[in-house]
Amino acid sequence: MADSPVEDVYRAEFGKVVASLAGRFGDLDLAEESAQEAFVEAVRRWPTEGVPPNPGGWLTVTARNKALDRLRRESTRQARHEEAEMLTAPEDPGAPVTSVTDERLRLLFTCCHPALAPEAQVALTLRLLGGLTVPEVANAFLVPERTMAQRITRAKRKIAAANIPYRVPRDHELPARLRGVLAVIYLVFTEGHLPGSGGDGIRDDLCAEAIRLGRVLRELMPDEPEVAGLLALMLLSDARRAARLDAGGSLITLDRQDRSLWDRAKIDEGHRLVRECLRRNRPGHYQLLAAVNAVHTDARTAADTDWGQVLALYDQLYAATPTPVVALNRAVALAEVEGPEAALGVVDGLPLEGYHPYHATRADLLRRLGRDAAAAAAYERALDLATNPAERSFLARRRAEVS
Amino acid sequence: MTQYLLSVWHDTDATPEDIYPDPLEREQSYADTGKFNEEIRESGHWVFAGGLHSPNTATVVDGTGDEPVTTDGPYSESKEQIGGFWVVEAADLDEALALAARGSRACRGKVEVRPFHGE
Repeated sequence: MADSPVEDVYRAEFGKVVASLAGRFGDLDLAEESAQEAFVEAVRRWPTEGVPPNPGGWLTVTARNKALDRLRRESTRQARHEEAEMLTAPEDPGAPVTSVTDERLRLLFTCCHPALAPEAQVALTLRLLGGLTVPEVANAFLVPERTMAQRITRAKRKIAAANIPYRVPRDHELPARLRGVLAVIYLVFTEGHLPGSGGDGIRDDLCAEAIRLGRVLRELMPDEPEVAGLLALMLLSDARRAARLDAGGSLITLDRQDRSLWDRAKIDEGHRLVRECLRRNRPGHYQLLAAVNAVHTDARTAADTDWGQVLALYDQLYAATPTPVVALNRAVALAEVEGPEAALGVVDGLPLEGYHPYHATRADLLRRLGRDAAAAAAYERALDLATNPAERSFLARRRAEVS
Repeated sequence: MTQYLLSVWHDTDATPEDIYPDPLEREQSYADTGKFNEEIRESGHWVFAGGLHSPNTATVVDGTGDEPVTTDGPYSESKEQIGGFWVVEAADLDEALALAARGSRACRGKVEVRPFHGE
């Protein structure tokens, strides 16, 4: 599809077309296949006939016709064919239909249903809502294409067989279910921001896709502060992308980054969202993490960082989510406010033996305290566990410095 | 509407005493399960339900050959076996999961939810 007028439209419209068809026919398989066929038709016709004035509308109508054709062809789906005819009968203009917005939100909640395995939730979301092809989704998570195709097919089959509802959860279920959706999007982002596998230091494509999904969700649920918080967190993290790796592909820590390389537009947008969250005053996990990143991106130099503010935010985060990982990140701020000794006292008790950032943080605190031998051992342990090449390269260099 | 099998799973060797070490707790769980059964009868979700004797009372019959072959069961060697089940009718999986959560709480066991073939 490269270099065709369809490509731009594809990413923007695929999820909408699938959502619209899924809403109409209640069959994700049919929706996906028909959407795909409509895009193939567009690739064939648009270069010669020109892009229609309303490409999204053209694609939706074409996909719907493809779906009806397919239902007519398949005699085993006779019952559903009749159902589809019934559903599409009031096709006069002005007939009340659910808005595309609602359809996409329903699709997102269906893809992220907790009855599906987390990796299936991610795969379905990227495929059906993000419009990534199966090979692209497979490539994103470094599994063979066949495995990914099976994963997606099985998930769709389970949705159909188990009758997983195609709807936005009711109010009392919404907070828990929304957390699941946010987790899926953030998982895509973190896999791009600091890939755990695959040999890349950063995966720009996954960061961009997660932010795109975050924007879609934000558009669909403008009043949910955690949605704004997640989008802000991703923007403020991603804004630093160009400054995060040196020429050799090694990770550069926040205090040493060239801040002129940061993306001002993303930072401004992130800060606007954080301010909006503050006004709403319904803090949550992603909002607090976004606020921490806002403090960092607000500082002209590393020395200007308001660490007292960062620590206060982590105190609040820890009060809400008292996990060892939050305690570890809080300790990093504590080291700046009260010194590495105090931070080490907190870090040493944490049950995070198998978590490489724990050893990397300990190593850094020990290094700053001049305890080189212990620092070297901790860097060694972090290197045993870390898989990201940019991070490994950074850790190896630090280890050499203290050895 | 879809019908679902809600099955309760226990350790193969677990006796009622293992599952409910406290006899009062056992009585309470039986009472809670009975109450749950009543509730889903009234709400129209109930299709069928039953508690099973322990897996070592099971017998396996293979009638696929010329003569039926009978062996001491259970069929599955797995460490966990079904201890009881409900068959319920629900609007969708979310409703079935909510029923399963209540059933699980009542009987003090984990519940697997599995859809029946429709039509």
